Amino acid sequence: MDLRYTEAEERFRAELRAWLDEALPKLPPKPDRNDWPGRRAYDTTWQRMLFDAGYAGLHWPVEAGGKGATPTEHLIYLEESERAGAPYVGANFVGLLHAGPTINAAGSDEQRRKYLPGILSGEDVWCQGFSEPGAGSDLASLRCRAVRDGDEYVINGSKIWTSHAEVADYCEMLVRTDPDAPKHKGITWLIVPMDTPGITIRPLETVMGTSEFAEVFFDDVRVPVGNRVGEENDGWRVTMVTLSFERGTAFVSEVVACQKLLHDLAELAKKVTRRQATAWDDVALRRELGHLTAEFEALWALTKWNVSEASRSGVPGIGGSVFKLRFSETKQKVYDLAHRLLDRAALCVEDVAGLPSGHLMDERLSSLSYTIAAGTSQIQRNIVGERILGLPKER
Amino acid sequence: MDFQLSEDQRDLATGVREFCEGRFDRDRMRDLVDKNRVPGMVDRALWTELAETGFFSLRVPEAEGGVGLGSAEAVLVYEEAGRVLLPGPLVATHLAASLGGDLGAGAASGELIVGVVDAEDSPILVEHLDVLDVLLVLDEDGIRRVAPSSVSGTAVKNPVDPFTPLHHVEALPEGTRVGDADTAARFRREGAVLTAAVQLGIAGRLTELATQYAKEREQFGRVIGGFQAVKHLCAEMLVRTEIARAAVYSAAVTLDDPVVGDLAVAVPAAKLMADDAATRNGKDATQVHGGMGFTWEVDVHLYLKRAWVHATQFGGAEENEEALAATL
Ligand SMILES: Cc1cc2nc3c(=O)[nH]c(=O)nc-3n(C[C@H](O)[C@H](O)[C@H](O)COP(=O)(O)OP(=O)(O)OC[C@H]3O[C@@H](n4cnc5c(N)ncnc54)[C@H](O)[C@@H]3O)c2cc1C
Repeated sequence: MDLRYTEAEERFRAELRAWLDEALPKLPPKPDRNDWPGRRAYDTTWQRMLFDAGYAGLHWPVEAGGKGATPTEHLIYLEESERAGAPYVGANFVGLLHAGPTINAAGSDEQRRKYLPGILSGEDVWCQGFSEPGAGSDLASLRCRAVRDGDEYVINGSKIWTSHAEVADYCEMLVRTDPDAPKHKGITWLIVPMDTPGITIRPLETVMGTSEFAEVFFDDVRVPVGNRVGEENDGWRVTMVTLSFERGTAFVSEVVACQKLLHDLAELAKKVTRRQATAWDDVALRRELGHLTAEFEALWALTKWNVSEASRSGVPGIGGSVFKLRFSETKQKVYDLAHRLLDRAALCVEDVAGLPSGHLMDERLSSLSYTIAAGTSQIQRNIVGERILGLPKER
Repeated sequence: MDFQLSEDQRDLATGVREFCEGRFDRDRMRDLVDKNRVPGMVDRALWTELAETGFFSLRVPEAEGGVGLGSAEAVLVYEEAGRVLLPGPLVATHLAASLGGDLGAGAASGELIVGVVDAEDSPILVEHLDVLDVLLVLDEDGIRRVAPSSVSGTAVKNPVDPFTPLHHVEALPEGTRVGDADTAARFRREGAVLTAAVQLGIAGRLTELATQYAKEREQFGRVIGGFQAVKHLCAEMLVRTEIARAAVYSAAVTLDDPVVGDLAVAVPAAKLMADDAATRNGKDATQVHGGMGFTWEVDVHLYLKRAWVHATQFGGAEENEEALAATL
C-alpha cells in the first residue's frame, strides 16, 4: 500500500497544472444551464483545447488515438482539473466514457477510424439511447425494434431519458433484433446518426425546469448494417463493457467537488446568523459537516483503491457498485445539509439576501437523480448482494 | 501510487488469519466466555503466543529487537484480531511497546500486559484491571504509569461485553510520568487507527455471519437471502465495511508517511467510519438472524458488544466529528 505518487506522476501533475493555469482563462463565459447549443459549444470548445494540448482521451489506448495513460494519471488529471475549476466532460460524457471505449473494445478497425477521432477532438457529441419507457432498471427487456432489410436495419420504437439528445450527432443505441430469443440474447448495439430521417426528439422537463434529457422516437429509421458494433444479438455483452467503464471512473471529479463544497458550507455556516449565534454554533449541524468530511475522506481513499485495482487488473473492478451506492447517497446528504443551512432561503432557486441559494438549490435538485441514473441504488444493492456476496438472484 | 496490498502484506494478513483461526477459533472463544472465564478475561498463555507472533513488537524497529514493520502492516494484523474477537488490551500493549526501556521491552515480549485509560473520561472505567501488569493513564500533560495494584475501584458486575471486564474508578493514582504530551498525542492517533482496524475486522466478520445465515435459513420455501429486504441489509453491511477499509488503510499509510495525506482528517475519519461500520453491522446482523440473533448462543451479540466497547476508545463519534469539523 503506497499512496505516494511516483516522480513521473508528479511531473505529469505539475505540467498539467501549468497548462490549466494558462488555458482556463481563455475559455469563453459559462453558458446558461438551459442554453443547450451554448452548452454544447462550451463543452466541445474545452474538449478541442484538451485535444490540441494532448490531454484528450488520456486514458484511452494509444491505438484508439488516446494517450494510454495509467489509471493513476487519469485520476490525477480529473483531480487537478476539478481543483482548478475546469469544465466537466459535460456533453462529451457519452462519447468519452461510453461510446468511445465500447467502439474501441468491440468495434471494427473501420469504426474506430471513423468515430473515435471526432469524439476526441470534440467535433462529435454522442448520446445514449438505452432506457425505454418500459425498460429502465430491467434494461434487457427493451423493445425498440430493428429489423434487417438488406444492408440496412430499420428501427421502430422509442427511447427515453436520453441526455443531450437535442445536441447530439450520434446515438449509441440498444435495439431488439431477435424478439424470440431470451431477453439478453436478442439485443444489438447500433450507431445511429441523429440527423437520420424518422427521428423525433421531444425534450422532457426535469425537476429543475430544464431540459436535461429527452424522449426520442424512431419511425422507420434506416441505418447501414455497418453501424453495428459487435455481432448481431450480442449487444448485451458489448454493453456490459460500457457500463463497467461508467461505474469505474465516472465520479472522481465529483468527490473532489464535494470536498470543496464542504469547506464552502463551513464558511457559510460561520457567516449565517440564527438568533444570537451563527449556524456553526449549532452542534448538530457542525457534527454533520464533520461526519460528511469523514465520508468523503473515505470515498476518496476508496477511489484510490479502485484506481489501483484497475491499474493492476486492467479493468475497473466490481468495487464500482460499492462506490456508486455510498457516493450518491452521501452527496444527497451534503445537499440536505446545505438546504438546512439555507433555512428559508432554500425556497429560492436563485441567490437571495446575499446567500448562494441559486447554485446550491439547483445542485440540490440535480442531486436527486444520483440514486436513480446509471443504475438505481436498489439495483446497485442487488448487484452487491448477488455478485459480491453470492446471495441468490431475484429470478 | 499503488493503494493495494503488496505481496508481503497479503502474506502477512493470510498468516495472521491462519494463526488467529488456529489459536483462537470459535470453540476456544466460546469456551472462554461460556465455561472457563479467567481473571481480566486474558489468557496469559495465549498472550505469550500473540507476543511471539509479533502482535506487540510489530512496529518496534528491528535494531531494537522488533519486527520493524509499519502501521500499514499493523492494521492488517489488528483487523484479524477483530475478526476472531481476540480479547485483552491488544492495542494498549502494542502502543506501550514503543515506549522503550523495561516497560517497552516487557510489553513487546508479552511479559507485561499493559492497559490504558483516558483521565478525561467520565466515568472512568478501567478495562481488564485484574490481569494488568501496568496501567497507562493518558492525561493533558502526557502519559503516566500506574501500578494496577494501587488503583482502587469497584468491579462492574455487568459489563456489556463479557470479554471486557470493567472497574469503576473514582480517582486515578499519580504514578510516574513515562511520556510527554507529544507521545500522548501519538498514542491517541495510533490507538485510534489500530482500534479502527479491529472494528474493521468485526464489521467484516459480521457481514460474513449475516450473509452465511441468509444463504442457509429458509422461510416461505426459499432462503431468506433471496428476499431483497434481507439482501439489501447484507449489501449495506458490505458497503460499510469496504468504506471503512479504505479509510483505515489510508489512515495507516498516512501514519507511516504523513506527506501523503492529512492526519488531522485521516485519523478521525478512519475511526468514525470503522466504528460506524462495526456497530451498525452488529445491529443489521442481529436483524438478519431473526430470533436466533437475540440468543446468547449465536456470536453476533458478542461482536456487537465488543464494537460498542471499541467505539468509546481513542475517540468516540462526538470527538471525531468535532475534530473533523475543526479542519473545515
Ligand atoms: C438525470 C438522468 C439522466 C439519464 N440519462 C440517460 C441516458 O442518457 N440514456 C439512457 O439510456 N438512460 C438515461 N437515464 C435513465 C436511467 O438509467 C434510468 O432512469 C434508471 O436505470 C432507472 O430506470 P427507470 O427510470 O425506468 O426506473 P424503474 O426501473 O421503473 O424504477 C422505479 C423504482 O423501482 C425500483 N426497482 C426497479 N426494479 C427493481 C428491482 N428489481 N428491485 C428493487 N427495486 C427495483 C427502482 O430502484 C426505483 O426506485 C437517465 C436517468 C436520469 C435520472
